[in-house]
Amino acid sequence: MELLSGGDIVVRALKDAGIRYLWGYPGGAALHIYDAIFRQEEVHHLLVRHEQAAVHAADGYSRATGEVGTALVTSGPGATNAITGIATAYMDSIPIVVISGQVPSSKIGQDAFQETDMVGVSRPIVKHSFLVTRSEDIAETIARAYYIAKTGRPGPVVVDIPKDITDPSYKVPYIWPKKIALRSYQPSQRGHKGQIKRGVKTLLQAVKPVIYAGGGVIIDNASDLLVDLARQLNFPVTNTLMGLGAFPGSDPQFLGMLGMHGTYEANMAMHEADVIFAVGARFDDRVTNDLDKFCPSAKIIQIDVDPTSISKNIKSDIPIVGTCSSVMAEMISIIKNGKSCVNEEALKDWWLKINTWRHNHGIYTKPRYEPSRGNLIKPQDVIKVLYDVTEGEAYVTSDVGQHQMFAAQYYLFDKPRQWINSGGLGTMGFGLPAAMGVQLAFPEASVACVTGEGSIQMCIQELSTCTQHQLPIKIINLNNAALGMVRQWQDMQYSGRYAQSLYENSLPDFVALTESYGHIGMRVDHIDHLEEKMRECFALKDRVVFLDIRVDPEEHVYPMQIAGGSVRDLWLSKTERS
Amino acid sequence: MKRIISVLMENESGALSRVVGLFSQRGYNIDSLTVAPTEDETLSRLTLTTDSDDRKIEQIIKQLHKLIDTIKVVDLTGGSHLERELMLIKIRAVDSEIRTELQRGAEIFGGNIIDVTPTSFVMEMVGNSDKLDAFLETVADIEDVEVVRSGVLGISRGEKFLRV
Repeated sequence: MELLSGGDIVVRALKDAGIRYLWGYPGGAALHIYDAIFRQEEVHHLLVRHEQAAVHAADGYSRATGEVGTALVTSGPGATNAITGIATAYMDSIPIVVISGQVPSSKIGQDAFQETDMVGVSRPIVKHSFLVTRSEDIAETIARAYYIAKTGRPGPVVVDIPKDITDPSYKVPYIWPKKIALRSYQPSQRGHKGQIKRGVKTLLQAVKPVIYAGGGVIIDNASDLLVDLARQLNFPVTNTLMGLGAFPGSDPQFLGMLGMHGTYEANMAMHEADVIFAVGARFDDRVTNDLDKFCPSAKIIQIDVDPTSISKNIKSDIPIVGTCSSVMAEMISIIKNGKSCVNEEALKDWWLKINTWRHNHGIYTKPRYEPSRGNLIKPQDVIKVLYDVTEGEAYVTSDVGQHQMFAAQYYLFDKPRQWINSGGLGTMGFGLPAAMGVQLAFPEASVACVTGEGSIQMCIQELSTCTQHQLPIKIINLNNAALGMVRQWQDMQYSGRYAQSLYENSLPDFVALTESYGHIGMRVDHIDHLEEKMRECFALKDRVVFLDIRVDPEEHVYPMQIAGGSVRDLWLSKTERS
Repeated sequence: MKRIISVLMENESGALSRVVGLFSQRGYNIDSLTVAPTEDETLSRLTLTTDSDDRKIEQIIKQLHKLIDTIKVVDLTGGSHLERELMLIKIRAVDSEIRTELQRGAEIFGGNIIDVTPTSFVMEMVGNSDKLDAFLETVADIEDVEVVRSGVLGISRGEKFLRV
């Protein structure tokens, strides 16, 4: 049997887990592991500029590929810097493994230099965590970490490894477990047959149905099944922010996103529905608005792999615990082989109603904002131009704020894993490092990071990482010189008192800044140049390009749900309510 | 309504902190919590009591189940069950009248006096929590009382066994 040091075991175990790339940042407690990485060529390490970015990059890689992302950090500040990234992945159920160095076992609890109780600090934001105590346990623990991260409802797993057990002078036999079986962890797979039948029956009887599909469909690679099922039923489909791309964005059966900044037609249809079919969606507060007023006449069928997501906020009438793919596949087969079919007459009326809503207030039937004029570029138009120039095929990552909502509304994602954003935690600073992860996975693809001058500054140091590792992402900066979403709320709820949301001429010259990292910067401040610059940007295939676009600072994101109302209570513009 | 929940989990370091953390993180309250290894040393049995409505209890049980180290979760209050709590109580008792009264009280409540000094008693008492509360009321007027309670332990009646 092969004898290896703990440090070598970490790297060999990563290789055996199928990991080719990890993002990280070295430091004292992790140096044995870094030395082991140096002495081999199969597992590649990408050095970032801040540990938060390492985790976001691993996360972005995972969201784009469906594989588990990996980050490696040192103890203490390295570990705590990773926390925001871990929490981001946790809220969106993204499978990642974060390996952190820890001070030597004998120093744990002594307030040693760069000591932090990583397992303790990360506990509320991980799916699971391990503190490895023996070199002999490293391989098995890493195998378990990957298994737990990617099965069931995925999520981040932390593996904290004290420095002494990776010591190169202490060697133990390397054994990679062939199979992982945990008696305490057996995630449910197939839904209850009786419940699935009841669900199908209810679907077929529906007269005003809506399919409400979330990130669970994407995570489970169940988009094709969702499309198939929706086609069989001819039901309207809406996606959550996390679910965009699960159903094709440009499809006539798609109502757009629902919720706080969802479309009028999606929110109206939800409110009036008699049956809501929730697939991998968790009735988040950004969807439901006031829980007591949520969809008063709807019977709810809910598929989720995680039982805690069922009836957490809104009671499900027909809960089905299982993977989206297995349950939908079974539903499709029941429908195809059964005698009953949908109520076509009722659906015809329902679609008529939906199409009237669309026609009257939909954002896709005609522009619902003032056109761009001269120097006044509308942020919505930037996204539309981005969509046209990239022919709807780019991977789009985003940060958090108005630009995120405009991207979600106006870039029509036809494929799953194309739209990559921090939905649950709402992490500013996510977009750029996530884009690096996507670009690493798909070197030939167009990867756009839609951001704002606020968010981009939270991880802008990663422009240097892009230089070092040749990750030619495109940064589309909607620069309104303000924290746009904060400003919008201050307009709407604080009589325009812009408390700490304006930059007051303190912004850097983004073009010069980008160029200092060896990239290309371009400024756009006239609508006539927008498309041309956007084309130029994406034509520069092997370069990072930062497009700094001056957009109208007065613009708001609409529709917007009115707090305390039902899903259909919306502001449609600054002056118009639903 | 008061619930008694039994959890069978891996006897791993950190498992208990995950349970306690879950309750504080999600705003659930724990009234009592007791935990120890079982006859199988790889397993811990944890009993906790909480006062919540049905909806919240359902979430608590599901959330406990979701913890990776958790093997089984049972709401004992959902069926026929037995519950016991151990209490140790030290009472200042100098004058003979009080000493006699305490001895009688211990007898009535099925407690044992397990330590005696010229000025104090230590008593042990086992029962359900209501009984222990009732005894404490009988000594409410005595100034120097020190009480330590184990928290509730519970087990279901009948032929079902909570084990791996």
